[in-house]
Amino acid sequence: MSLSIENVAKRFGDHAALDGVSLEARQGEFLALLGPSGSGKTTLLRVLAGLERPDQGMVRFGGEDLLTMDARARRIGMVFQHYALFRHMSVAQNIAFGLQVRPAKTRPSRAEISDRVEGLLSLVQLEGLGGRYPAQLSGGQRQRVALARALAIEPRMLLLDEPFGALDAKVRRDLRGWLRRIHDETGLTTIFVTHDQEEAMDLADRVAILRDGRLEQVDTPEQIYEAPASAFVFDFVGDGVQAPGEVAGGVLTVEGWRTPAPVGALPGPVTMSFRGENTDMLPPHAEGVPARVISVLRRGGLSRATCEIGGRTLVLEAPQSLAAPGIEVRLAPRSYLLHPR
Amino acid sequence: MNHRPLAPAGLALIASALVALGLIVVLPLAMVFHEAFRQGAGAYLAALSEPDAWSAMRLTLLVAAISVPLNAVFGLAAAWAIAKFEFPGRSLLVTMIDLPFSISPVVSGLVWVLLFGVNGWFGPLLQELGVRVIFNVTGVVLATVLVTLPFVARELIPLMEQQGADEEIAAITLGAGPWTTFFRVTLPNVKWGLLYGVLLCNARAMGEFGAVSVVSGHIRGLTNTMPLHVEILYNEYDFVGAFAVATVLAGLALVTLILKSALEWRHAGELAATRRH
Repeated sequence: MSLSIENVAKRFGDHAALDGVSLEARQGEFLALLGPSGSGKTTLLRVLAGLERPDQGMVRFGGEDLLTMDARARRIGMVFQHYALFRHMSVAQNIAFGLQVRPAKTRPSRAEISDRVEGLLSLVQLEGLGGRYPAQLSGGQRQRVALARALAIEPRMLLLDEPFGALDAKVRRDLRGWLRRIHDETGLTTIFVTHDQEEAMDLADRVAILRDGRLEQVDTPEQIYEAPASAFVFDFVGDGVQAPGEVAGGVLTVEGWRTPAPVGALPGPVTMSFRGENTDMLPPHAEGVPARVISVLRRGGLSRATCEIGGRTLVLEAPQSLAAPGIEVRLAPRSYLLHPR
Repeated sequence: MNHRPLAPAGLALIASALVALGLIVVLPLAMVFHEAFRQGAGAYLAALSEPDAWSAMRLTLLVAAISVPLNAVFGLAAAWAIAKFEFPGRSLLVTMIDLPFSISPVVSGLVWVLLFGVNGWFGPLLQELGVRVIFNVTGVVLATVLVTLPFVARELIPLMEQQGADEEIAAITLGAGPWTTFFRVTLPNVKWGLLYGVLLCNARAMGEFGAVSVVSGHIRGLTNTMPLHVEILYNEYDFVGAFAVATVLAGLALVTLILKSALEWRHAGELAATRRH
């Protein structure tokens, strides 16, 4: 079943949390909502879960109008940043909850429920821990219980709100691969909220980037990285530098460096963005953006230099001859992006 | 916890705490029992089996049995609304709940007289209907409910605020209805706080003097609760009788305490597991 969000808006007082968001997700797709805090990504997730009612817009799922349904009737599994496990229930009781609260007609038998719980415990690799209480588990284990609990109701869609936000870096990385495997096994449409670009780019089939309640770009991680739709997206998804420039008469001027502007570049003030990995460091008489080496870090045979370009910094690989703090250099990007300023 | 040998300063602090506790808690309590048994067990039992004393005990238990459940339900509902929702007038409600703590119990009694007494606002109406509130059990219950109103709510509000509404939201996304969510998620999460609030509320309901004294009219065998009866007997120089009834009050307090400790002991494992969050 595919998800279709059309022109959804939600205001809290004067603040527009969502400002006309339209977005589609295919059946079985893993979609990441990425954005800084306050960009509206969690609000959008809560609208999907039925915990927030949008002021306008449509949300359809498999042809059904989700907005007319109660949260409890949507059968959408949700995983929260702070787990929200029932603290007075054991792990097994937590997982069984969604099945036990069903009306008698559709409630599975005791034996079926306990089978299902066992199956889910092994899916999330917590066999034998069904009798523990949430407080007796590590953060990573708790989040796995929360996922098993959400999966127990056989949800039609899975929503994850910064699920790894409260965990340390190593656990986050482990759980990432594991979550992707679970997604591939269950084939559920999954919407994942995060502010961690690496997490989003690693995990998702497509990434939707939000800023101030609006979508900046929705694309595959490769496209987002290679062809960011705006200077904001460029900055958000990777390390690089952005320098103000000007296009006039087919010439691009950046920090005093003049070069033929790319075909089709519109005249006017622009932001030039490029990443360290696509940039060569050249001696001062060569062509390129003027810069100065601030510091050098040597590791093995390689030197990584931090350069200063008009008050901004960029880290890139430096040839031995130029790897010295204080030296003037030219930076020649092999590829760069121009966005109107 | 680390167990180190106590420094002299630590010992001195503990000793002074014990002395203070002995002087202001244990000594008076021991005095109550000492005075009650001054003329032997026979006189003690005789004082307790006196019909007016019996009636006072029954009334005290009845008043507690009515006002404690009422305030438990009210406190739970109020704490739930305050902790889990944002609504206009929320802080006003919190202040209102605290009000009975800050006004004198005598005033808490007097307001009922001003409302329902013969010369009160609703006095003539009640008289016409033939309903008596003041100098009646109803008045005693009303006064007790007012005085003990904050106990359960005050115990639960901080607890529920700290727990937040995350678990309830999770329950709803899992398909639970509002009542199911309340009885299977909200209530179990606060049951220890609720129990503690109920015990405090109960202790106060049984021991309340000021407010009840104003509305009761001290009618022996009818509207006298135990604390009032103690005072009457004391004023009549019936020391054995007064202290004998007082021992029953003290005994009820001790039973409450033992009950609480027994529950905590029995559920120690669960408590440890759920509190270590």
